[in-house]
Amino acid sequence: MSITAPTNNPDARTTTSAVTVDGVSRVFAARKGDGVTALDSVSLTVAPGEFVSLIGPSGCGKSTLLRLIADLDMPTSGSIEVFGKPARQARIDQDYGIAFQQAGLLPWRTVAGNIELPLELHGLGKVARRARVAELIELVGLSDFARHYPDQLSGGMQQRVAIARSLAESPSLLLMDEPFGALDEMTRERMQNELVRICAETKAAVVFVTHSIPEAVFLSDRVVVMSPRPGRIRSIVDVGLGDMSNRGEDLREDENFFRGLSQVRDLLHGDESAGRPPGARGVETR
Amino acid sequence: MTQLSPAHRARFGLSARWRGTIFGVLGVVTIALIWELYKFLGPADGVIIGTLTVLPRTSDLAMPHLATMLARLFEPVTGAAIAVPLWQAVAEASLFTLGIASVGWLVGVTVGMILALLMQRFRLVESMILPWIILSQTVPLIAIAPLVRRWGAQINIGEFSWESWMSVALIASYLAFFPVSIGALRGLGAPDANHVDLMRCYSVGWWKTLWRLRLPASVSYLLPALRLAAVSAVIGSVVAEVSIGLRGGIGRLIVEYAGSSGGDPGKPWAPIFGSILVGLVAAGFVGLIGLFLRRFRRGESPA
Amino acid sequence: MRDAQPRLLQTVLAPILFGAAVILLWQGLVTGFAIKAFILPAPFSIGSEFASNLQNVADGMLVTGGNALVGLLLGAFVGILLAIVSSLVRVFDQMAVPVVGALSVVPIVALAPVLYTMFGAGAETARQLVAALAVFVPVYFNTLKGLRQVSPVHRDLMRSYAVSSWQATRAVTLPTALPFVFTGLRIASSLAVISALIAEYFGGPVGGLGKSITSAAASSNYGLAWAYVLGSIILGLVFFCAALGVEKLISRRPG
Repeated sequence: MSITAPTNNPDARTTTSAVTVDGVSRVFAARKGDGVTALDSVSLTVAPGEFVSLIGPSGCGKSTLLRLIADLDMPTSGSIEVFGKPARQARIDQDYGIAFQQAGLLPWRTVAGNIELPLELHGLGKVARRARVAELIELVGLSDFARHYPDQLSGGMQQRVAIARSLAESPSLLLMDEPFGALDEMTRERMQNELVRICAETKAAVVFVTHSIPEAVFLSDRVVVMSPRPGRIRSIVDVGLGDMSNRGEDLREDENFFRGLSQVRDLLHGDESAGRPPGARGVETR
Repeated sequence: MTQLSPAHRARFGLSARWRGTIFGVLGVVTIALIWELYKFLGPADGVIIGTLTVLPRTSDLAMPHLATMLARLFEPVTGAAIAVPLWQAVAEASLFTLGIASVGWLVGVTVGMILALLMQRFRLVESMILPWIILSQTVPLIAIAPLVRRWGAQINIGEFSWESWMSVALIASYLAFFPVSIGALRGLGAPDANHVDLMRCYSVGWWKTLWRLRLPASVSYLLPALRLAAVSAVIGSVVAEVSIGLRGGIGRLIVEYAGSSGGDPGKPWAPIFGSILVGLVAAGFVGLIGLFLRRFRRGESPA
Repeated sequence: MRDAQPRLLQTVLAPILFGAAVILLWQGLVTGFAIKAFILPAPFSIGSEFASNLQNVADGMLVTGGNALVGLLLGAFVGILLAIVSSLVRVFDQMAVPVVGALSVVPIVALAPVLYTMFGAGAETARQLVAALAVFVPVYFNTLKGLRQVSPVHRDLMRSYAVSSWQATRAVTLPTALPFVFTGLRIASSLAVISALIAEYFGGPVGGLGKSITSAAASSNYGLAWAYVLGSIILGLVFFCAALGVEKLISRRPG
């Protein structure tokens, strides 16, 4: 089983970042009075092939930031570049794949039909589509369910289909908005293991929004901790748990993993225990 | 979707409520314009394909000007000396029909609610009756309208004797009770399973649960059903009046004035305006009920 | 499956038994109390009249059914078309809301006589138009509702794919709207028959079930009149089942 490496950006390994967020603010206007500042002068860079999580309490703007990167919304000020292009151009050029919290599968299409949706919309021929869909279905482990409909699948399986769909065009950037949020803990951990495996193979950059500290630490190279009202980046933690391909199930029992958990948790709770050795703090720009 | 800026909105002084009315008037004006435009442009004998008249004749007799229709309203009904203005005759007939439809509606709603309560309480009753009720909505039971003419003739209980208008009201109630029974049943079964369990935890009996939980929860379903019942009652009244031949109602006028369209093209349109008014008043009345029951409709998604 | 069987019996058997009981009771009451035919004929006599006049009833069903069908097709076409326009052009939608709302509460059949004048009293056109207007209302409302049901997640998905609005419509909006269109058509199919029939009470040419009922009642042939009523019930059922059948056929999957 081979998954083609990202093909749409030959410069992926060189200096162009996958995502560059520069001084972005997003204010939602209200009928009367001041609006809600969802994001306030946020800056962030994501390197090609890097897995970055956005974590924070409700209202910290993490989903808003993801939507801005995906060009599903426009910033009030500041700019966003994806692979060196403005976000809008990146969307038009289909440089990213996206997965939402509700899987968003079309209920009248089979699993195969849902995965091939972007390929069909963008004009790929039937034979090529079939081949690609077969690859992807095997990648996410749903080969026996190709002809099933979404309402016949469990939540975890639906999310796997959504992830397969987001990989359909071999994007160099994956945007994921709490895709495992609606799943129970056991399924969640299984999906995390799957995702790590997939990312090791595809080597795509990932921006991943989550509520869960263990999830963020398990999956990411760096964890971006955000704070609400107004939405800002509080700090960035370099998790330092090594390459994607080395992250197996036993990572969750690892000492370094727990240290990463503590760092992120402390930041989220807004205090730093004096007794702990200071962890590595990421800086906002490389 | 364009959003008017606050400045723009202030300048034109539009608020959502008035905007709806203005657009409604605009819609009616558009239809009136289409009428007159077609009358101006269309051929006198209409557009005929083969033997079929696809678009209507545009002569003044077949399609009178809107001005003619309106002006006719203020002229007397007939040439006789005692004749009242047309609008008055139509108004009186409209009130008459509205009255009968209201009686039919009340009876129909009562019977429908009772049936719904029975079906809610006893699953067996529901399995027996509900399929027939649903079936009856798909078939034209109003076809029996001509046949109920003689029903009441036999019934004389003491002081009470059956009058013709009661047959009309009966048909109206017949049409009204179907949507109410189905809507009420659905509404009574609508409360959250959690809420029903809560009532059981409080050891509350069926009647109290009905009053405190099921009836309030059913309002959102009941109101559209009541509206449909009102509309059905009006239609039933109009059709039954024609079939039974009841004098005094708007249905009778519709058929009666239709005969004079040869020489008096504006006349048949007057009872049409009257029946439109009756329908609107009936629906408006149910809307008022809805306004009173606003509190029970919180959390309702727009139909 | 075992559990479903007793429930199936209950769902099918109970109403059938109830219906049979009602018919027997009806027959018993008519014979027992010697109820005159002009009030309520016995069900068995209705059945026999129906059987012996089968050709006439069938002819009437064809005329009324034909009008209902034309009205159904015309009204559905215009209803779906205008619903699409309303979903795209906001001004049109705002004008249509009160107008179609008013149309839904007024007795459309009141227009029958003037329509007969406009299109000729010898033609069936007026009845077809009454049926079409009655069909238009539920089809319009339900189709419009369906067109507005696209979930936000699907909308975001289409935007992320940067597809043209026509592609998005084909991929998401139309399939989402389809079940609603069928709901509207199901309601409309019954309304078409009812409206075509009662339009006959307001004038027009001789053919059709409504006219036959009236003339049979006028000549005191009540058994025959009820036989025509039975014919109209069958017609209504045929339309309803046809609408259901088309729906099942086109949406190849249940639910």
